[in-house]
Amino acid sequence: MSTAPTDVKTVQPADFKSDIHNDWCPGCGDFGVISAVQMALAKLQVPPHRVAVISGIGCAGKSAHYMNAYSFHTLHGRVMPSVTAMKLANHDLTVIGVGGDGDAYGIGGGHFVAGGRRNLNITYVVMNNDVYALTKGQASPTIAKGQKTKSMSEASIMDAINPILLALACGYTFVARGYALDTKYLSEIIAQAIEHRGSALVDVLQTCPTYNDLHTKGFYAGQIEGQPRLYRLDQTGYDPIVHNPDDPVEIAQKKAQALLKSQEPGGRIPLGVYYKLDVPTYEDHLKAKIPGLQQKPLAELDLYHRDITPNLQELM
Amino acid sequence: MGSDFCWMIGGPQGSGLNVSAEILAKALSRSGYYVFGQIEYHSNIKGKHSAYKLRISGEHVSSHLDAVHLLSSLDEETLIGDLYHEFPAHRGHVHEIAPGGALLYDVEQKKFIELIGRKDIFLWEMPYAELLDRALTEAGKPGQARAYRIMTNTLALGASVGALGFDFDPVAEAIRDSFGAKAGKVADLNVNAARYAYDYAKERFAGQLKFALPAAPPKREQILVKGSQAVGMAKIKAGCGLQTYYPISPATDESVYLEGYQSDHNLVVLQTEDEVSAIDAAVMGAHGGVRASTSTSGPGFALMPEGLGFAAITEAPGPVLVLYQRGGPSTGLPTRQEQGDLLFALNAGQGDIPRIVMASGDIEECFYDTFDAFNYADRYQIPVIVLVDKHMASCYQTLPPFKTSHLKVDRGLVKPANTNGDYQRYAFTKEGVSPRSVPGQTGGIFWSTSDEHDPRGHITEGIGNRLAMMEKRMGKVALAAREIPDGKKYIYLGPAAPQKIPVLAVCWGSTKGAVHDALHHADPHHAKYAMLHIRLMSPFPSEAAKNILSRAERVVCFDGNYSGQLARLIRTETGISVHHSVVKYDGRPFSEDEIMVALEAAKPGVGERLVISQGRVVEPGHGNLEFDQMLELREANPKMLAPMVPLPPGYNR
Ligand SMILES: Cc1ncc(C[n+]2csc(CCOP(=O)(O)OP(=O)(O)O)c2C)c(N)n1
Ligand code: SF4
Repeated sequence: MSTAPTDVKTVQPADFKSDIHNDWCPGCGDFGVISAVQMALAKLQVPPHRVAVISGIGCAGKSAHYMNAYSFHTLHGRVMPSVTAMKLANHDLTVIGVGGDGDAYGIGGGHFVAGGRRNLNITYVVMNNDVYALTKGQASPTIAKGQKTKSMSEASIMDAINPILLALACGYTFVARGYALDTKYLSEIIAQAIEHRGSALVDVLQTCPTYNDLHTKGFYAGQIEGQPRLYRLDQTGYDPIVHNPDDPVEIAQKKAQALLKSQEPGGRIPLGVYYKLDVPTYEDHLKAKIPGLQQKPLAELDLYHRDITPNLQELM
Repeated sequence: MGSDFCWMIGGPQGSGLNVSAEILAKALSRSGYYVFGQIEYHSNIKGKHSAYKLRISGEHVSSHLDAVHLLSSLDEETLIGDLYHEFPAHRGHVHEIAPGGALLYDVEQKKFIELIGRKDIFLWEMPYAELLDRALTEAGKPGQARAYRIMTNTLALGASVGALGFDFDPVAEAIRDSFGAKAGKVADLNVNAARYAYDYAKERFAGQLKFALPAAPPKREQILVKGSQAVGMAKIKAGCGLQTYYPISPATDESVYLEGYQSDHNLVVLQTEDEVSAIDAAVMGAHGGVRASTSTSGPGFALMPEGLGFAAITEAPGPVLVLYQRGGPSTGLPTRQEQGDLLFALNAGQGDIPRIVMASGDIEECFYDTFDAFNYADRYQIPVIVLVDKHMASCYQTLPPFKTSHLKVDRGLVKPANTNGDYQRYAFTKEGVSPRSVPGQTGGIFWSTSDEHDPRGHITEGIGNRLAMMEKRMGKVALAAREIPDGKKYIYLGPAAPQKIPVLAVCWGSTKGAVHDALHHADPHHAKYAMLHIRLMSPFPSEAAKNILSRAERVVCFDGNYSGQLARLIRTETGISVHHSVVKYDGRPFSEDEIMVALEAAKPGVGERLVISQGRVVEPGHGNLEFDQMLELREANPKMLAPMVPLPPGYNR
């Protein structure tokens, strides 16, 4: 990444904090997620003016205001189209999408699918609290069939989307899961996602103390048969990386392994990187097609002195 | 109009008739003629009927005529329509041939000639299969005429040119060009086949016709261009960096055109997953520092108002959105003409949002308006919609090459680099436009949101701020109204003030061509008729329009839609009700003849609303004359219920 800081002072997480009042509920998991993003950017020493944060609508969507970076608080579900264009306009920027699970997997579902297929070098952090929080707690697409939070009037009778499975199927080349209240580890995952060349999804288990009384801090801290509910994949010898991207068999195996992990029976939930594949990105393909992009990002090219004489001659 | 010649070719879609028509148009254009080509096609890929009309003139033309002088038919549907269908939809084109005109048909269609019942036209029979066989034999492929039947279009072209007595050489050259770089044996074969048909027809038919090609003016440099290409070229010239689109006719043509130039012009064309994404990506591309645009037609635009609102409230410098109106709004007559989205374009969006809406009237305006649209987008940081329509997008016209030396790119107010401090993206300024910063630049960090926000871009529900921000955003439209020159807002041709105007024809979009040509031919000095063409819809040129309209003794407003949308807009913007709202909503564009028919009909005592179709004023409830006539014909000829000759391959009933 050509995002080395321009000033001598090293970049700190605090540099990414905006000075506006944060109106999330006390104890909201979103605080952890946004801190993790800030820590990750500081870890990678990306200066704020080289970062674009694009969020959707919802509690999670407000993140854009709390970040000191080029910030776009867009429309409900429209993070991915916006992230895509920002990256196309300036492929040297670090472009991060942020949104809720309803935003990403519900209303933004079609865009989420397309985002995976494109494999642009972007990072999408989804705050997954199983509810539509800002509209007061209705079921989101990640709540399981039969589950009912205190804010829902009845239990869900639909199957849930499994974001990890979905992302793998759509072609995201970096698929990971973090936990909002383990900010330090989450920041490591997000840093890896930003460093990854390609479309990265980080699905973050996020507590919403106001509306979700099922998936609480206590729930995630719980034990299952003497083992913690949440555990780290990298502490089990799990290897998410496709080492030979030219080998379709290895790709299939690594994907199958991730698919299994994403559906772990018994209720234990793995955190960390499920899958990572390094293949040419959308920008790489574009650069091969469009010579100017090899020199400079689109927004820095002089496109304003084009000669259309050949275009006219073709029509004579 | 009197001296113009109108040639038409009809046949099944996929039979290559577009190619033939475009080859002929090119040959004529290179020989100095002015050409206007109009295509009508079904919403299918192969088989159903389509027809291509070329108006050939010795002077500049920008519309088509109803009457046909020479019809070249590739199938029986061109002759008798689809009468043998359970629910026939059209009766072919033979009835459109002017008395004294001619029909060129294949000997295989012979059986239908009796049924068409025209004794007042020349019936010229061509043995296409036999002629094709001769050309194939020469190329060492004897007896393969059936396999090469697709080449009938080329023979029909050759026959037309021969019958007209026009030179063969420019046609041969245009045929070769149409094969591009791979012009080898295939091109030779096509040229030869065309020549056999040419010779055959020339020998037998040349000189018989009552109508002749007008005299060709001296050769001069001209292009043969369609609207979607003009828009595409303007986008390239204006420095568009990101074009987004989701496929939809007829807008796709433009994006496909641009895709062909990605590497030549460093242009990224992004095919998105849907129109929602197409507009959102274009908005964010504009925020990201490139000139961005998207193109769609009605059904796609129906998915875009949300993104339009986002562009407006975040004061993005764009995008430029080219809206190709067509039949619809969804799947009405998807490949046919309609100007049905004017009021939609003006009103689409949640809440009150500012926008500029331009409506190009011809292919030249498509080019210059699209170029200007990017300047307006940057200057006013506002979404800009350019309305075109299917007719303009897909018809071909000869024009002088677009002039570009005077075109200046204006990127508007940009925040200077490296001025650190508390930059405010939405700062209140005297003009109402705030200098914008581009992501990546130092000292330019800003926030933006789809909610109401303070000058820094953070959400606020403050009352005073809301008032000021609404006034700031909407004020930009008023600023544009002051700055955009009159010539780009409307075109008026008629007596100067304070003279009275006997009849004022008001039009918009591609109807301009037909109105312009009609008045030019009927009343070149505007003794009786004047024209007011509205080119800018938002901000609407209310004062100027009011001044002109109030001088008119009779105002006749032309609208290619059911409800008379321009007439309604004029009433809203000027308080003036037009005397006659002439509407056409049969899926076909106004012809020059129809404009005259309407202007003659629009007399005192005739209703306020006149419906035009098939060259005449249609009485309410009697629009389906064509259908009635078809049924009568079918009753008289029950045999026609079954097709009598084998249908061409790929013909899909
Ligand atoms: C097009 C549109 N539909 C609906 C809404 C209303 N809305 C606002 S926030 C929200 C739900 C957000 O839920 P989620 O994405 O899960 O984020 P959370 O609030 O849980 O962080 C909805 C439906 C909207 N703003 N826009
Ligand atoms: S409602 Fe839930 S998600 Fe929203 S701020 Fe409160 S705790 Fe967080």
